[in-house]
Amino acid sequence: MPLDPSFVGRTYPPTAPYQVGREKIREFATAIGAAHPAHHDPEAARALGHPDVVAPPTFPVVLTMAATQQIVDDPALGVDYSRVVHGDQRFAYTRPVVAGDELVCVNTIEDISSRSGHDFLTTRTDVSTAAGEPVVAVWSKIVVRGEA
Amino acid sequence: MELPTKTFRVTRADLVRYAGASGDFNPIHWSDRVATKVGLPGVIAHGMFTMALVGRAVAEWAGAPDAVVDYGVRFARPVVVPDDDAGTEIEVSAKVREGAGEGLTRLDITATCRGEKVLSQARAVIRTPG
Repeated sequence: MPLDPSFVGRTYPPTAPYQVGREKIREFATAIGAAHPAHHDPEAARALGHPDVVAPPTFPVVLTMAATQQIVDDPALGVDYSRVVHGDQRFAYTRPVVAGDELVCVNTIEDISSRSGHDFLTTRTDVSTAAGEPVVAVWSKIVVRGEA
Repeated sequence: MELPTKTFRVTRADLVRYAGASGDFNPIHWSDRVATKVGLPGVIAHGMFTMALVGRAVAEWAGAPDAVVDYGVRFARPVVVPDDDAGTEIEVSAKVREGAGEGLTRLDITATCRGEKVLSQARAVIRTPG
């Protein structure tokens, strides 16, 4: 059954704050081979004007992927996760994520469409600090493949 | 202007490490059994791992780890990673485009694996290196 387009525009309650740890940034940077000292050494990050180590550009997916489960798991929407393929991904930064950030995600369904039996779901996750400072907006488009 | 091509080797071990670091434990990124059951040729890289490697290239071209202000891709084709020591390779290149705005540079990015594009509409806006 196609996804219900009346969900477009729906915004979900903010997620519980995510504490960005220095070791998590180091672990993520190491996993992608990002060797710049500002990802690993607080002094190097401070020299660039940041309070602590800087996360690589795609780091926010660590929290936004978990956050968008809110939408994917919404029984009223009914996404079949076993048929999901990642379509598009985009990050628009106000500033980089740094260790010590306490980040909250607000998910909105921006678009739902259906084409040749497949459903397309575009979500926007606004990531801000618990104090309300915007950090990064993250768009993700998933494809729910139709039954062959 | 064309930026120098960067090459990233991707092995199964890299996928396991990325799964742990990112929290994405989808078995199509580590189990051939599950990957082939859903119609894939074998284990594929996380799209977000490819995007992270390309993001590394962008940051290296920019010369700063915090220079990326906008970055988006479409996942066009899966990156199949064989279960051997060599793995596979992703090649990343980019062209510099005008019109990103004051102090900004836009990059149109090409990422290929075995000669085929794995990303489309891959673009980044970075603070112009100065």
